Amino acid sequence: MNATDPLALSAGEAVEAISAGLLSSRELFEAYRARAEADRAAADGGLNCFTWVAEQPPGEDQPPPLHGVPLAIKDLFCTEGVPSQSGSRMLEGYLPPYTATVVSALAGAGAPLLGKTNQDEFAMGSSTENSAFGAARNPWDRERVPGGSSGGSAAAVAAGLAPWALGTDTGGSIRQPAALCGIVGLKPTYGAVSRYGMIAFASSLDQAGPMTRNVGDAALMLRHMVGRDRCDATSLAFPEEIALPTGERLDGVRLGVPEELTGEGIEGGVLESFHAALARAQELGAEVQDVHLPHAPHALSAYYVLAPAECSSNLARFDGVRYGLRAAGADQLLDMYTRTRHDGFGAEVKRRIMLGTYALSSGYYEAYYARAQRVRTKIADDFRTAFEQVHFILAPTSPSVAFKLGEKTGDPLAMYLNDYCTVPMSLAGIPAISIPCGLSEGLPVGLQIAGPAFSENRMLDAAHAMEQALDFDAAAARV
Amino acid sequence: MRQRPVSEAGREGGGTGRTAGESTFEPVIGLEIHVQLATLTKMFCACEPSFGDPPNTHTCPVCLGLPGSLPVANERAVHFGLMIGLALGSELAPRSVFHRKNYFYPDLPKGYQISQYDEPLCRGGTLGEVRIHRVHLEEDAAKLIHVGASGRIHGSDASIVDFNRGGTPLAEIVTEPDLRSAEQASDWLKLLRTTLRQLGVSTVNMEEGSLRCDANISLRVAGSSALGVKTELKNMNSFRFIERGIRAEIARQEQLLKGGGQVVQETLHFDPASGAITSLRSKEEAHDYRYFPEPDLLPVAIGADMIATARAAMPELPADRAERYQHEIGLTEESARLLAFRADLGDYFETALASGAEPAPPPQALANWIATDLVGRLEEGEDPADSRVQAHALAALVGMVSAKRVSVGAGRQVLDKLVADGGSDPAAIVEAEGLRALDGESELSSLVAAALEANADAAERVRAGNAKAIGPIVGYVMRESKGRADGTEVARLVNEQLGV
Repeated sequence: MNATDPLALSAGEAVEAISAGLLSSRELFEAYRARAEADRAAADGGLNCFTWVAEQPPGEDQPPPLHGVPLAIKDLFCTEGVPSQSGSRMLEGYLPPYTATVVSALAGAGAPLLGKTNQDEFAMGSSTENSAFGAARNPWDRERVPGGSSGGSAAAVAAGLAPWALGTDTGGSIRQPAALCGIVGLKPTYGAVSRYGMIAFASSLDQAGPMTRNVGDAALMLRHMVGRDRCDATSLAFPEEIALPTGERLDGVRLGVPEELTGEGIEGGVLESFHAALARAQELGAEVQDVHLPHAPHALSAYYVLAPAECSSNLARFDGVRYGLRAAGADQLLDMYTRTRHDGFGAEVKRRIMLGTYALSSGYYEAYYARAQRVRTKIADDFRTAFEQVHFILAPTSPSVAFKLGEKTGDPLAMYLNDYCTVPMSLAGIPAISIPCGLSEGLPVGLQIAGPAFSENRMLDAAHAMEQALDFDAAAARV
Repeated sequence: MRQRPVSEAGREGGGTGRTAGESTFEPVIGLEIHVQLATLTKMFCACEPSFGDPPNTHTCPVCLGLPGSLPVANERAVHFGLMIGLALGSELAPRSVFHRKNYFYPDLPKGYQISQYDEPLCRGGTLGEVRIHRVHLEEDAAKLIHVGASGRIHGSDASIVDFNRGGTPLAEIVTEPDLRSAEQASDWLKLLRTTLRQLGVSTVNMEEGSLRCDANISLRVAGSSALGVKTELKNMNSFRFIERGIRAEIARQEQLLKGGGQVVQETLHFDPASGAITSLRSKEEAHDYRYFPEPDLLPVAIGADMIATARAAMPELPADRAERYQHEIGLTEESARLLAFRADLGDYFETALASGAEPAPPPQALANWIATDLVGRLEEGEDPADSRVQAHALAALVGMVSAKRVSVGAGRQVLDKLVADGGSDPAAIVEAEGLRALDGESELSSLVAAALEANADAAERVRAGNAKAIGPIVGYVMRESKGRADGTEVARLVNEQLGV
């Protein structure tokens, strides 16, 4: 262990170094803080992955088991007294009076807040370009996007500006940026982690999850995130403790590869990397077989009805009455609403609010919302059937590697296709993890492993075995 | 919000001559009642519901609709909802779903109200002569206070919001259109209020807004079964205003129809001060609420255990109690309803009846004494159990009066004593005050004879067949006996001694 370069340590290694007395949590915190500040102050704007960085290190008495290893947190988590604006102009300067359950839980376990990270506005986007703070950049190539919507968290972890980070995933917002930045990102089973204090995008899909340098760190963070929260009626008790993964082999493990997610629309280089990973899995003893998810091709359509429908309602509270932006100059209530929402929301958020409002309108509800819900049920059934044959389903995380800044901002549909491989799992509410599995054109490719609800421990073990075998080198992204 | 006056015709005294003239119209009225449930916490958060506290002192991230906050349904509110359903004989849903009702207004911090839509907690039922359509749970809006001359949002200088009320649990009870007059609507609402009070699920106080009522009103040609175009009259906050408002709207519609006009479907506001009815919004302006299932809450599964718990918590309801008083105890319908619909009187009545007083009071006499003599001597609305008159003392007194041991007049004097000083033995008061009834054979006979002598003219007229002339004679006996004589007995003796 190299305690002279604390920033080279994974979160798990840093925990050990601190508890062994080789490193102080304050020293570690200051090192990360300095690096994050340096990036923010860079002449070229740096990676623009932090929206806020803590000015003071937390006290020396950081509790076990995490002993003060600092945590970067996506902007949309409410943090008491700390700016939390979900990447939106609408909440400029908003200081929540309370802290999200999952942030409190991690702080209580000894992971204090290092900073808040950039994101697409209200988590709507796949590139972190839709942000009131400006676009974040990919540390592998600063002309490219880090993915989104948790792009700031992904870039910070990949660049070594944070040991680990908290993200949220609605249709792929943890997994896709993790893939594009060459890190690990895990979306838990829906309900495993409390949503209380997460500024909502789509309530039935949103889930917080770890974004880390390796699979072990993801398990370590997840261990302190899961559990029933009395403040979130949709949260559930996790049936077992999250274990630190030790898997080295995949003997007896059956892996399903759905043709629906591994064919048309996936970049050649991504597929090449994916198939190489499948070969490694077989070398580790896994059986690889075809499975079918017949309704998966409709997932994106259903998602882009349901998520906007929910967001059109979730974002109605941003009306200028109580907090956040209130447009000046209005003398009538309706005028104040209209101007505030005109000025406060970005184009993509407005697009989705309009889509969702339309889908829920009287006379259209059945054709759009109700129908999309039925598709969602069928997709969940597809996975259930598939999991009768295989333990896990493997697919690329993203159809492409990181794309150029501005490349897709004018074409919403092209942007939406980024979620093609991740949205089916979101709709089914099942856990999925993305781990880096290789490079294509010098840019990371993500391998997605999905399992049945509450199979996180087994999924992490399989991911750990793959991670060991793939031995991905992330050094190129480090600052 | 746009408002335009639609009529001044509804002013009180503006005429409700719906039976006059050639075509007669029948009003058809349905009510939507909002009841604040008396839970310890709000519908979806842990704040305490309150009335009259300083503004915005009972709030939290959830009921303020702050970003990231989530609702958690109040189990007690569901329990109360089930009790209401049981009281109304509703069908209780095995699975009930909360929906979001989306619209923008400053009293609605999330931009949607969590309510119920196509899977309410209870469906159907009846109370009295009125069928119930449904009962569902929802959260109350915050309270808007409009600063400035108008007192309403239109034309006010500013509007301020008090979120203390926001998120208070509400049960919305919707009736079928079974009511036919303003008076009937008001009477029925009183029955509902008594029922809800008896259930203990709400303070049901219209002035404080824990009971609120909207009315859907239409007219149709008498005898027709088709429904006319309805208007919705909002938020009348007293029984008097409900009656006046409905009457005014019936008159307005009638005048329109008789003039060959058409009723327009719209939402109306009744101003009790001026009697004016103004339009809040027309059907075209009606919101599209974009209902969809609330994704932050799971459907409520109503288990057999929850229903059993609600059933076990049910008290006897006013309608059942009135039925029992009338058919088992033998009270008149009027007395039975009177005692049953004021639970404190009913409870006192039953305590008195069961007190073992000797001689036992006949139930009807006891009911009359409670409803008239006792209530008349107490503060308005005072629970007799809180007065100094012990139930068994009243029972004993009524027993003595009924057995003619004490006259009615003397009995009332004893009651005055009991109200003032308490005491458990009315017989002792009778003795102490010398109020024992005069004996028919001896004392009373001689007193009557003396009265006839003192009122010879009157006695002559009675003898000649003028029965009304007996007044001064009876009056003399009463005066002389200090009210101890029984009036009926006196009259009998007068006639007997005069040979009439």
